[in-house]
Amino acid sequence: MKKPMERLRELRRKAEQRLFERKYQARMRITVGSATCENAAGANEVYERLSALLKKHQLKDVVLSRVGCTGKCDMEPVVTIVSKSAIPSKYIHMKPDKVDRVFESHVLGGKPVEELTMRYAAGIHSARQVIAVCGGAHCLKGDAIALEDLFAQEVAKAGLSDHVTITSSACHGLCECGPVAFVYPENILYQKLTPDVVKKIVTQHLTGGRPVAENVWQGERLTNRFFPIFGDVHFFGKQLRVTLRNCGIIDPEDLDEYLAVGGYEAAVKVLTEMAPLDVVNAVTKSGLRGRGGGGFPTGVKWNFALSQKSDEKYIICNADEGDPGAFMDRSTIEGDPHTIVEGMIIGGYAIGSRQGYIYIRAEYPLAIQRLEIAISAARKAGFLGKKIFGTDWDFDIEIRLGAGAFVCGEETALIRSIEGERGMPRPRPPYPAVKGLWGKPTVINNVETFANIPVVILDGPEWFSSLGTEKSKGTKVFALAGKVANTGLVEVPMGTTLREVVYDVGGGIRNGKEFKAVQTGGPAGGCLPASYLDTPVDYESLAAAGSIMGSGGMIVIDEDSCMVDVARFFLDFTQDESCGKCTPCREGTKRMLEILKRITEGKGQEGDIDKLLRLADTVKRTSLCGLGQAAPNPVISTIKHFREEYEAHVREKRCPAGVCAALLCYVVDSVKCIGCGACKRKCPVQCITGKPKEAHVIDTTRCIKCGQCLEACKFDAVIRK
Amino acid sequence: MKSEFFQKELARAKEALPGEVVSFIEERCSKSHPESHLIAVLHKVQEKLGYLGKEHMNAVSVLMQIPAAKVTGVASFYHFFNFTPRGKNRISLCLGTACFVKGAGKVLDKLKELLAIDVGQTTQDRLFSIDVARCVGACALAPVMIVNDKVYAEVKPETVAQILGEYGFQSSKVAQITAKTTASKAGK
Ligand SMILES: Cc1cc2nc3c(=O)[nH]c(=O)nc-3n(C[C@H](O)[C@H](O)[C@H](O)COP(=O)(O)O)c2cc1C
Ligand code: SF4
Ligand code: SF4
Ligand code: SF4
Ligand code: FES
Repeated sequence: MKKPMERLRELRRKAEQRLFERKYQARMRITVGSATCENAAGANEVYERLSALLKKHQLKDVVLSRVGCTGKCDMEPVVTIVSKSAIPSKYIHMKPDKVDRVFESHVLGGKPVEELTMRYAAGIHSARQVIAVCGGAHCLKGDAIALEDLFAQEVAKAGLSDHVTITSSACHGLCECGPVAFVYPENILYQKLTPDVVKKIVTQHLTGGRPVAENVWQGERLTNRFFPIFGDVHFFGKQLRVTLRNCGIIDPEDLDEYLAVGGYEAAVKVLTEMAPLDVVNAVTKSGLRGRGGGGFPTGVKWNFALSQKSDEKYIICNADEGDPGAFMDRSTIEGDPHTIVEGMIIGGYAIGSRQGYIYIRAEYPLAIQRLEIAISAARKAGFLGKKIFGTDWDFDIEIRLGAGAFVCGEETALIRSIEGERGMPRPRPPYPAVKGLWGKPTVINNVETFANIPVVILDGPEWFSSLGTEKSKGTKVFALAGKVANTGLVEVPMGTTLREVVYDVGGGIRNGKEFKAVQTGGPAGGCLPASYLDTPVDYESLAAAGSIMGSGGMIVIDEDSCMVDVARFFLDFTQDESCGKCTPCREGTKRMLEILKRITEGKGQEGDIDKLLRLADTVKRTSLCGLGQAAPNPVISTIKHFREEYEAHVREKRCPAGVCAALLCYVVDSVKCIGCGACKRKCPVQCITGKPKEAHVIDTTRCIKCGQCLEACKFDAVIRK
Repeated sequence: MKSEFFQKELARAKEALPGEVVSFIEERCSKSHPESHLIAVLHKVQEKLGYLGKEHMNAVSVLMQIPAAKVTGVASFYHFFNFTPRGKNRISLCLGTACFVKGAGKVLDKLKELLAIDVGQTTQDRLFSIDVARCVGACALAPVMIVNDKVYAEVKPETVAQILGEYGFQSSKVAQITAKTTASKAGK
């Protein structure tokens, strides 16, 4: 019988060959993003249209497939067309009619429709080649900036300025061979750059078409296997894709595609070459910490479970993603479900568990479906079930659905829920690693934590721990949403500053408005103002600033939001989600919510702010589980950083952001009003009076403050005070 | 030997639920830790019937041999389950953080105004019901509204009527307002 690794490699070769013949050899590859968000933006219609057109024209040398989300959600639906030796065209905001145009011109005629592409939007469409010089900390030390300038000079000297664009990219974790630069579309990675090498690249490669062989990096890492498939890594700018290495790149419903990028090799390596303790030690050494919010060292947790003597143990993937404003886990599962399966196989082997569970929220139907497909494909291939990969190890996974209870993300509550009970937390210790599901030792890890495991195994703990900061290793995925220009999924090395995430990756605030705060950690986190934008994202720094890393939700808030109202929103949420088991959380959050409501309604009293802080302190200290312990955080952080806004509500009965309806007053500026009557027609309670062409008046006693008149007036004559 | 009474109960329970749900229960209960599948079973019932009625939960209790009080206890703990029939078209508006920051509150107001019902209620013609969700994971496209299984991105108060229109919504109120507007324009 063949050895497991040989067998897997053979499967991989077959997969590669199939894909090579069917896909990579094709004249043209078209991928359509397909995830919950892409589909909401209309990706299905776009896919159907393309599929119909391909059928109609019977194009055999063009392949169409779906991929997960690449994270550029505000530009969806995204269609990518990759042809050999050309920089890929990424068409954004696609609609069926645009598809027709692109099909006509690009697919049939070979001429990209530049003005519909992302590169056009970024102003670099005329370039035929892109040089991306690494802007990571290590490469910068090697004077990458000077090298970037030198590239520009040399390119200009060679008369290539119109055809070559020079940008900087994020650290790609190749620091030991830095400074490095990528050249697209050839996908060549140059290492150990010096001024001489730069000159040579320009004369020999860019002008002469012959790469400078001695400086081409030849290694292979899980995290950069996708380069040739995807086409242009500089698309990701300051991001570094470790967890999301395959998202938006491979077809999540095709096991072959996962195999082609080295899928399941880490699992087989672990099962055939490593003892459980070796695996645990590797994970410990990598410095990987839980991505579900707590940041507990994963290796330590696994070691705890490994040392328990028990006939049965369980491993659980927490895909409950309860933070209402986060979608990292959903995107990871929808884009690369096999990674989670592989991470769980490794975790199960490391702690001695033969049965895994994925607890996923019912609100994610597409993610559930993709997991089901992945699990059954893995079973069929012999990667799950009895004697997996032809070894003596048994391991299987079952999916369990949540049912809309935030507290079930907490590990002890989650266990109760899998058992079919009300999801109420219980005191710890005993920790689940000692006494968990059905009383057996159980490890619970977050989706993103599992997604990092294959990388730790194959690329090595040393490499993994070279990324990030001293105490926070690796990268972190954030779901960037709210009032930021580029909403979507981003992954950056730990230690990147909030400013870089919001401005460099996120493109700053939408519609030229003023930045007000960034919220991380969801209902358990806090809001940080502009003065904290240079805080690096790592567990300790965010906590010290008064927020938390959380699971990765990052909501950008602009001047249009009222911070008291934001605090009220979160408390409303936690109060509603409190399971009611312990009094401080159940009653305390209710009292706090009452006070916040009163403040937003203009009935706040002197001393309310201090009362809130006192209550917050009690709830934090005396609640049983993390929900109650963290519930006051949004209130505390907004009072700390935006106290003057609370005071304006309480003392002056004024909402500076103009949000709290009860504190608003709508009036007509009689000078600006031309008497067009637009406001009058819109007012649902008919409280605006005035003759045509004369200044109108609002009866403030009857006004319900709906704001429709303000929107209706084209002359800025309606004022909100 | 099970009592005649029990057999009768069992037969009644089977009748109260669609056949698909009954076989789902039988399949799940043949596995280890049968009682742990209660939540999955409740999902199945709601998927098929749209809500969990008292008679359905009693039937689940009999078929899974779990006390009725526990079945209702578990069902009521989780927000996902509802206990009254929903409208033919189930509207679910996301009120997660991203949607909230992007103005989902105003969309909700508009929905309530147009349909003249509150959250958790169903219109008299049983055509629509409104529920709120806590993040469906499409935050980048907030505010998000789901009708049945279709996700609508970047919904604005102004576009709500149009979306509802796809599901047969006709508002006499909306018609009135437009009529008035046209009339006053004509009067000028
Ligand atoms: C109220 C509450 C909600 C939580 N929600 C989640 C969640 O949605 N996803 C998650 O992975 N962890 C969540 N956690 C953290 C888990 O309890 C647990 O620490 C985590 O899943 C462990 O995995 P990790 O070590 O890989 O982070 C939550 C904790 C609390 C107290
Ligand atoms: S802190 Fe809140 S959610 Fe947690 S156990 Fe107590 S009442 Fe339940
Ligand atoms: S805010 Fe609304 S109710 Fe008040 S005057 Fe304007 S339109 Fe009328
Ligand atoms: S819409 Fe503006 S300009 Fe016209 S009547 Fe009203 S306040 Fe005056
Ligand atoms: S907050 Fe509405 S989809 Fe996430």
